[in-house]
Amino acid sequence: MIGNLDVVTMELQLAWRNIWRNPRRTAVILTAVIIGVWSMVGLGALMRGILIGMIQNNIDTLTGHIQIHQQAYPDDPAIEHSISDPETWMSAARDALPAGSRWSQRIRIGAVVSNARHTRGAILMGIDPAAEARLSFIGTAVTEGAYLADGDTGGILIGRALAQQFDTRLGRKLILTAQDSDGEIVSRAFRIRGIYQAEMADTEKGFLFVNRQSAQQLLKLGNRISEIAIRLPAHEMAVPVANDLKARLAGSPLRVRAWPEILPLLKAYVEMFDTFILIWFIVVFVAMGFGILNTTLMAVFERMREFGVLKALGMRPGRIVRGVLLETLLMLVLGIGAGNLLGLATCWGLSITGIDLSAMAEGVAYAGMARIITPVVWIRDLLRANLVVLLLGLLVCLYPAIKAARMTPVAAMRHH
Amino acid sequence: MLSIPVKMAWRNIWRHPRRTLLTTLAIAFACVLLIFMLSFQFGSYEAMINASIKIHTGHLQVQAAGYQEQQEIRRVIEDPRAVHQALAAIPEVDAHAARARAFALVASQERAYGIMVEGIDPAAEAQVSTLPRIIRAGAYLAPAPDSEDLSGALVGYLLARNLRVDVGDELTILGQGRDGSVAATVVRVRGIYRSGMDDYDRGAVQIHLQTFQEVFSMDAAVHEIVVTTGRLTEVGPIQRALAPTLTDLANTHPLVSLSWDALLPGLKQAIAMDLVSGAISYVILILVVAFSILNTFLMAIFERTHEFGVMLAIGARPARLTRLVLMESAGITLVGIGAGVLFGCLITGYFATHGIELGGASDLFRQYGIPNTLYPRLTVVTVTAGPLTVFFITLAAALYPALKIQGLKPVEALRLT
Repeated sequence: MIGNLDVVTMELQLAWRNIWRNPRRTAVILTAVIIGVWSMVGLGALMRGILIGMIQNNIDTLTGHIQIHQQAYPDDPAIEHSISDPETWMSAARDALPAGSRWSQRIRIGAVVSNARHTRGAILMGIDPAAEARLSFIGTAVTEGAYLADGDTGGILIGRALAQQFDTRLGRKLILTAQDSDGEIVSRAFRIRGIYQAEMADTEKGFLFVNRQSAQQLLKLGNRISEIAIRLPAHEMAVPVANDLKARLAGSPLRVRAWPEILPLLKAYVEMFDTFILIWFIVVFVAMGFGILNTTLMAVFERMREFGVLKALGMRPGRIVRGVLLETLLMLVLGIGAGNLLGLATCWGLSITGIDLSAMAEGVAYAGMARIITPVVWIRDLLRANLVVLLLGLLVCLYPAIKAARMTPVAAMRHH
Repeated sequence: MLSIPVKMAWRNIWRHPRRTLLTTLAIAFACVLLIFMLSFQFGSYEAMINASIKIHTGHLQVQAAGYQEQQEIRRVIEDPRAVHQALAAIPEVDAHAARARAFALVASQERAYGIMVEGIDPAAEAQVSTLPRIIRAGAYLAPAPDSEDLSGALVGYLLARNLRVDVGDELTILGQGRDGSVAATVVRVRGIYRSGMDDYDRGAVQIHLQTFQEVFSMDAAVHEIVVTTGRLTEVGPIQRALAPTLTDLANTHPLVSLSWDALLPGLKQAIAMDLVSGAISYVILILVVAFSILNTFLMAIFERTHEFGVMLAIGARPARLTRLVLMESAGITLVGIGAGVLFGCLITGYFATHGIELGGASDLFRQYGIPNTLYPRLTVVTVTAGPLTVFFITLAAALYPALKIQGLKPVEALRLT
């Protein structure tokens, strides 16, 4: 046992000395590995950050982690597909929610908003102000005026972009027109209590917030609602908790969906990015793989005589292969270690303020991204980057290693 | 006949065929990848731009100033005929069509939605947009409103589903006219279209421009005149040719012409962002390649110190040796780039004619107007930009070892083996 350990220490020592025989050459190839790994970690974290930003953005903007609707509502969001008796269902579902979850009841119905000069379509959100504030962006988004108060049946919150388009301001009135549960067109005036700002102008134009009771009254809904939105303590819980809820609510007229189901495009995006990150890792590896192979080949060819002598002295080919691979391994570990440190430091530096893309706000909105990108380091991405470099690097160097081991003593002696 | 230094450099390059091969392969790999990626990016941009332009936006639009930002019903082009006349006189203009639009409550038997109602001139619209070709049920609008029956309307398939209407059903439109009066009419669904872009397929109802103008008290006015042309590059000249007419025309809000990138600022910025982030990754990739081949260049010097000593001793000047070494590096780089450009063009060219199936991701791409099959665009820019950058960065890497020679002393160099 001790003998074994001694051998390993000796081999390591030998390999370490060998890689520093030509310090400049090792330094150059290390630089290639470091830049490569640094870019893998850095760009990987940036892409992950963009993705997380997109998910966060969507979840904050009224999606939540899980939504519960009447069966037909997701395909046909019409007023007759409302949930009756939401309290009963909620109490049945509550046990399935982990501690720290928040939920809220909402009305979500298409409506027309107008004033004397302007008209446009928008989504009318009937919310419970206190519960909603803990769930979605709206609780902290009001920049002018005030958030909706409980029991304020005549107040409405609108987005900044809509206020600009409608040439209106706090205290003015807007008319909401919609179809009530009997199919009749109804309308009512609301007074602007607050103006909110959102990540995207489309959100600011598209959503109007009133108290749930006033929406229910206007639309003759009684206590029926459109949806129950749930926010969980972590993104990853969404699917398992949704599955649990589905099981509990099986047989009910309700449909439970987690965010990947609500936003299939976002899910497709996440999957595409995942593949893309891996492809990028491999591309960067191939770029440095040529250098790693070339450098190892040079190092091996310079030492052919040495390998010949070793073999003449009775060293088995397997040990030569191991020796060469160990040198590669040491070099890779050094490069990967430094690359990771550098990459993490860069991510840390960038995450202090984040990368502000507000100057490109419209492009950012078009791509569905968040305005500020913060790199996010995922252990999984980090592991993948490191494994790609380490395993493929060793695989590539198998060729020079075998080349060295195959050298016959006689041929090697002739090698100058 | 090749000069002696070139011959020498070429022979030196192939002293270590394996090493040279690996180095050229690294360079070729970078070139192939860059050519393919850039062509792919430009191909997808073109698909996105064309899709947006052809489905709805056109290459440029004439509008009243401020309409693009505000979309108020009263910001109109009062005399569209004069604009049409001016456009007809510009040879680069392929087609032009007027549109008007307003928000309204559109109700079917069962449902009502607040959406955009758009007045189009069916015959002219067919020239500027793909609308007539994406009808999936029913038919495109007749050239003029039916005097016997209700005026016709087109709806997107998503909106048709939401409204629960089919071809032949009636829709009630209730909105506010240009003068503030109530605008109300009933139209009959004549066709249902599907563009693949969800926002468009759920966002609007198209009716006859003539009907729209009557119902919304528009008189002869319209909101935009869409212009299409053969190429993106002709947009500028058309705008310049149109400018005098637009300034001369009396209009309450002055008339302006807006090019596609002003009409779709998000698309343009998204393309710019994609290009910048692409450029950053490519430069990093080239740096990795440069460092991984730097050793080849370095070894070309260190293995030959003795040889250089001999050459210096028999009277070669250091500058000449530097030139020789640089020529060798440039030779390797050029061979690599040559191979890379060749294979890059072959591979990209293959996909440019056969297309790349997007498979599972196509739902996602369709929202940006990218069709199921994407064709990379092989252009002078996409073929040269990457390899040129590779060339310069690689040469910069080769400069360091080549300059090392300058400090070489013959006697010391000879002592080394």
